[in-house]
Amino acid sequence: MSLVSRLSPDELLRRVQAEEEYERRGRLKVFLGYASGVGKSFRMLDEGRRRKERGQDVVVGAIQPKTSPDLEKLLRKLEVIPLKSEDGVACMDVEAILKRHPGVCLVDGLAYDNPPSRPNAHRWQDVEQLLQAGIAVITSVNLQYVAERREQVERIQGKRVNVTVPESFLLTADEIEVVDAPAEYCMPQAKDGGTATPGELDQRLSQLREIALLLAADVVDRQLENYCDRSGVGQAFGTQERILVCMTPRANGPRMMERARLARDRFHGELLVVYVGQPDLSADDQRALERNLAIAREADARIQMLEGPDPVAAILQFAREHRITQIYVGHSPQQGWLSRFRKTNADRLIEAAEGMDVKLIPQ
Amino acid sequence: MSSSSPSDPSLNGSPDAAARGKLKVFLGYAAGVGKTYKMLQEAQERLRGGCDVVVGYFEPHGRSDTIAQLEGLEVIPRRVIEYRGTKFEEMDVDAILARHPEVAVVDEFPHTNVPGCQRTKRWEDVLVLLDAGIDVLTTMNVQHLESLNDQIHQITNVRVRETVPDWVVQQAREVVMIDLTPRALLNRLERGVVYKAEKARQAKENFFKESTLGALRELALRQTAYEVEHRHGATAEEAALPGSAGTAKSGETLLVYVTADPSAAALIRRARRAADFFHAECWAVAVSPGSGLEGFPPPDREAVEKHLNFARNLHLETMLLEGSDPAAELVRFAHDRGVTQIYLGRERGNRSLPFATDLTKQVVRHARGIEITVVAERKPV
Repeated sequence: MSLVSRLSPDELLRRVQAEEEYERRGRLKVFLGYASGVGKSFRMLDEGRRRKERGQDVVVGAIQPKTSPDLEKLLRKLEVIPLKSEDGVACMDVEAILKRHPGVCLVDGLAYDNPPSRPNAHRWQDVEQLLQAGIAVITSVNLQYVAERREQVERIQGKRVNVTVPESFLLTADEIEVVDAPAEYCMPQAKDGGTATPGELDQRLSQLREIALLLAADVVDRQLENYCDRSGVGQAFGTQERILVCMTPRANGPRMMERARLARDRFHGELLVVYVGQPDLSADDQRALERNLAIAREADARIQMLEGPDPVAAILQFAREHRITQIYVGHSPQQGWLSRFRKTNADRLIEAAEGMDVKLIPQ
Repeated sequence: MSSSSPSDPSLNGSPDAAARGKLKVFLGYAAGVGKTYKMLQEAQERLRGGCDVVVGYFEPHGRSDTIAQLEGLEVIPRRVIEYRGTKFEEMDVDAILARHPEVAVVDEFPHTNVPGCQRTKRWEDVLVLLDAGIDVLTTMNVQHLESLNDQIHQITNVRVRETVPDWVVQQAREVVMIDLTPRALLNRLERGVVYKAEKARQAKENFFKESTLGALRELALRQTAYEVEHRHGATAEEAALPGSAGTAKSGETLLVYVTADPSAAALIRRARRAADFFHAECWAVAVSPGSGLEGFPPPDREAVEKHLNFARNLHLETMLLEGSDPAAELVRFAHDRGVTQIYLGRERGNRSLPFATDLTKQVVRHARGIEITVVAERKPV
């Protein structure tokens, strides 16, 4: 309520329009798998069948050429709008689907490319068109075709991937569901005439599987964050480890970053670095701080300068806002961060960091 | 001094590793995501493939889709146990052992057996089946994993009592995530698929809030990713670096300081989890002011003993040191054993010390070169 009253009329109008646009738009649901053979298409068609049985108007807009008896069985229960052939390439018949205008359209193989004669170069753009027309879309995609994961995937597989879907498009999905299965399920498809041993294949597929699970976890985390922002609750669920390093000029930057980086990699967490600005820093200290921050940048950390008369208060506020779960500070007995006789910054940090672990890193 | 390190029968290299049954866990994040359905579907597939499959325990929850999946599967009748005048039904482990199938389907891995059973926990029953060379398919939700207990409490405000130690789940050859979006799950709940109307309403008010479900789902996804990495070696990032392997011992050793303070359990869980992620060894160490456990004043004695037992159940190595200066003893031990990280609690309870961080300070003063973690209490949001 108070949020609304603070908004300008323009901002309010923009929000209302955005809300209306969202209401008009079809809902997008994505089944994400890490390889062929996990059963994405089956899950997608099965959801279509169940929705149809519950009275929704469901059609199949695209299905991949290779089908199995299980898929055939499901397909027989659904209305299929056939692919059409253009320049000898099979592509989704967007015009026919728009004309038929179903409630829900099932689109298999989101990463396919269209022939040059089509208005849209990629199938995901066709899907966007359906969504804009108010048709809900349920689709399936293989992690290997997510553009932003391409390098990672190519490194694991040792072969090039040509067609891709931008991750940003997947992030517009209302729902993403992972289709998970042990690597062995995908072995026959993955073998594909290659020379890899079963052990190598298993490891490769398992790496892809892990990436898919973590990608979905990141999507869920983002949705959760949005939800918490919208509902105005400063909630911290601690579902993902978020590591905050408090950097100073005198800190042993290499050591702190090495430790924080290790934790980030092990937990697949996020790494943030803050430093509290000080007005009269000597030239030496300024250079030392810059060296430490350079190491933080190299570690791919998100870096933020904080201001305020009380460094502990500034750090804690930032930590709460960013749902930090672990705070790293340097300590050395000589520096006096942990004095025996008075309450120091580290004392205050440890006492006040509700819900966050405090790590004291030797310098 | 006393020390113990429970042996882990699942570790590779034991001569009869090949004869042991294989465990597969279908992991979900809430009732109704389809764990049991998926498990039975796999049982059906294996049956069609010519495998000898029986159902050892199955909880229908009145869900018709799931019950239909039971068709054609042999079900081993449950054992009836009378406890305080009421009859309870539990899995009949002896009957399954006598029947000795290739695969047994066992629903609800974290279940606690009624008193009078041979073993307290169903997961202990499952270990017996595995030892007998029977493969087991089972189901559980992520909230029952011991090391996540405090985080689950933080998210749901529910203290889950039926937990499974992480090392038990690590024995599984595969952990598969059964994913369903919270919206789809809430739809199922609305349609009465998961619970009957009254229970559904209660569930929606407590556990089944979209944000709670989202958080649990994220935990389950991350946990499954961890389980995959744990089993199949290096992560993608590590694989890109030459000469590294994800499951190799890291050279890290953790030490967690165990006291009588009630926060010790959370501290032990947190250290256990960190040790697993760092591929590190983990010690749970208490320091007695006198001789052995008897050296503690009576109320503390019981608590410390309980906490050390808890640590042992989670497969931490335990040690009871003696001395009047706990910080000095801890650090001496840490240096002897090459400990790289010390985990301490927040010592709220200790009023004899002027600052809440006094013990921390003493440890820091002694512990040159060792990283110290002061673990937070995690309260419900």
